[in-house]
Amino acid sequence: MNNAMDKTTNNGAPMISFRGVHKWYGEYHALNDINATVGKGEVIVVCGPSGSGKSTLIRTVNRLEPIQKGHIEFDGQDVCSPNLDINKFRSHVGFVFQSFNLFPHLSVTENIELAPVTVLGEKRNSARERALKLLERVGLASKASAYPGQLSGGQQQRVAIARALAMNPPAILFDEPTSALDPEMVGEVLQVMKQLAREGMTMMCVTHEMNFAREVADRVWFMDHGVLIESDTPEEFFRNPKSERAQRFLNDLRSH
Amino acid sequence: MTIQLDFSLFTQPEFLGQVGKGLLGTLELAALAFALAIAMAVLIAVMRMSNSKACQAVAAAYVEYHQNVPLLVHIFLWYFGVAALLPAGVQQWINAHNSEFIFAFIGIGLCLGAYMSEDLRGGIRSIPTSQLEASRALGLSYLQAFRLVILPQAVRVSMPAIINHTVLLFKNTSLAMTVGAVELTYVTKEVESQTFRTFEIYLASTVMYLGLSLLLMWFGAVIENRIRIRNR
Amino acid sequence: MNDIINIIQDNWELLLVGQYPHGPIGGLAVTLFLSLVGIVLAFPLGVVLALCRLSPFRFLSWPATAIVYVVRGVPLIMFIFWTYFIVPQILGRPVAGITTMLVTLVIYQSAYLAEIVRAGMQGLPFGQTEAARAIGLSYMQTTFKVLLPQAIYNMVPAIISQFVSSIKDTALGYVISVNELTFAASQINANLLTMPFQVYILLASIYFVICALLTQLARYLERRIALRRAGKAGASAAVASAMQQANV
Repeated sequence: MNNAMDKTTNNGAPMISFRGVHKWYGEYHALNDINATVGKGEVIVVCGPSGSGKSTLIRTVNRLEPIQKGHIEFDGQDVCSPNLDINKFRSHVGFVFQSFNLFPHLSVTENIELAPVTVLGEKRNSARERALKLLERVGLASKASAYPGQLSGGQQQRVAIARALAMNPPAILFDEPTSALDPEMVGEVLQVMKQLAREGMTMMCVTHEMNFAREVADRVWFMDHGVLIESDTPEEFFRNPKSERAQRFLNDLRSH
Repeated sequence: MTIQLDFSLFTQPEFLGQVGKGLLGTLELAALAFALAIAMAVLIAVMRMSNSKACQAVAAAYVEYHQNVPLLVHIFLWYFGVAALLPAGVQQWINAHNSEFIFAFIGIGLCLGAYMSEDLRGGIRSIPTSQLEASRALGLSYLQAFRLVILPQAVRVSMPAIINHTVLLFKNTSLAMTVGAVELTYVTKEVESQTFRTFEIYLASTVMYLGLSLLLMWFGAVIENRIRIRNR
Repeated sequence: MNDIINIIQDNWELLLVGQYPHGPIGGLAVTLFLSLVGIVLAFPLGVVLALCRLSPFRFLSWPATAIVYVVRGVPLIMFIFWTYFIVPQILGRPVAGITTMLVTLVIYQSAYLAEIVRAGMQGLPFGQTEAARAIGLSYMQTTFKVLLPQAIYNMVPAIISQFVSSIKDTALGYVISVNELTFAASQINANLLTMPFQVYILLASIYFVICALLTQLARYLERRIALRRAGKAGASAAVASAMQQANV
């Protein structure tokens, strides 16, 4: 049951849209007829049991995973078009990985300014200034010359968010950003994400953090076995999930 | 068995000059061969990672060929074999310009380059694919990602192996004496046949080789320390 | 290509066995003899050297470490000249080139084998030593009955790699006129004079076939051993690094 409710924007177009999207890994049907949209400024939380295809879905938006059927649009661009300048396009899409994937041989500041300098052709001085401001924004100004190996997981992930923000993307995708963190560090990362949401950033987050969903999400998408089963507001989803699978998922989540 | 050691020959300037020339020859040979080896190592490593099957096959063949044939045979093949195939004009030019040296450094550089390319390849393979993914997700092209993210890390990982092969490359310059290149071992044999002070001259050049090898190993350790990725 | 076939047809005996039976044996037979006997003799020496390096007694470990560093820091060709000079002095009589070459190879290989065995020993989980000592085995018993067998089994691919290296090292016998494969080829070249490229390409091909086959064997064994020992991460990593070390 797919519900596509746009949040209407200034020009009426959604930021991200999936239409009839299918993906197979060999025989395995990883994404099954996904139809949904993310409006400008919307925060979407995608959840579901493992293997449900939520990570796969989010990775199709910047073509880290290809699709075999359907259309995906991001900020008005056809993601699957063969004419797309993939590098230019990806520099436009913010992505935060589960395992942060910072570049260990570069300092924190160098990590953040690498893409603006290399891809956008920005001058190093101005890139560095912006990097330092972004570090302030995520609360890590004091770590500007540190190396990733010297930081905790939570700090690394915040740097990763700053790195994504450095490209001024219209939207950021989060692939289980706190799943690899020790529990006491989850909060500091979620705080940065919540601040971003409040500032109006369009966000699509795959996460198990249900409190985050309750606080800032506009919609919750529930996926299972490659199908987008439900799309509700957080209140509806947590109190009154429409499908039995969603019920079971929420029960499992609560019981541990 | 009595060996009377007479180190006085080392105070005689003409022998010192000879030995000096030999040492210089060794260092020049090593430097040129090293430059060639590194260049080939990077080239072959890049070829092996390319999408073209032909490129990969050529690179693999290059490595297999150079690793399974003795270095001495490589040098002979270049100096005797390839030299004979070159057009007469080129042959004349090369002969006038220290051909032993040229073919020796080509043979040594290409051969050790194959070993170093394997070291580099191992280093590159050890970098997790997530690093490439993160770079591509930021919008870096494959080449940019390789140059700015993968290669710097791979070089650090392969450093110990590359340094090992650098020391080996340095030692193997001694093989150039078999085709008449003027380097330390060649000069050693020359001095031996001129003065019959075998033990002394052998000892001197052994000490020089050992000293320079250890220096290289120490220098390598310093470099490894400098570029080490900082962890808590 | 025709040239090469002709060379093979005319000279295959010289390449394979030298002038035997009309003269001393040479060619490929001597190459294989030198490398095989060399590594067989070098092996026990290498084990002893490795154990000395790992020994807690400094009067053993320091000289052993020094020997390994010296052997690894001096070119093989210099070693050959040294042995060629020193051995007759020690024995008081002239020595055949082949003997000199064998002695040199044994000493040279033993240093590299020592490093391989050392890597193998250090790659074993410490629990092995602990368990052995816990059931009352002495240091020597632990080493020879528990640790060494495992270390050597893990190191077989690296040892084969070292064998391949020693086959290539025998080519240096050329400089003291040892009648091995490279020397045989250079004799052929001296006879023919007009086809150096063909002669030496043929020589390279012979080495290539033998060494490549052995290297494939080593890689195959490495995969088998890695599978068998799946889970003992340290051992596989030690194999990989020792193979790198030994691989020239």
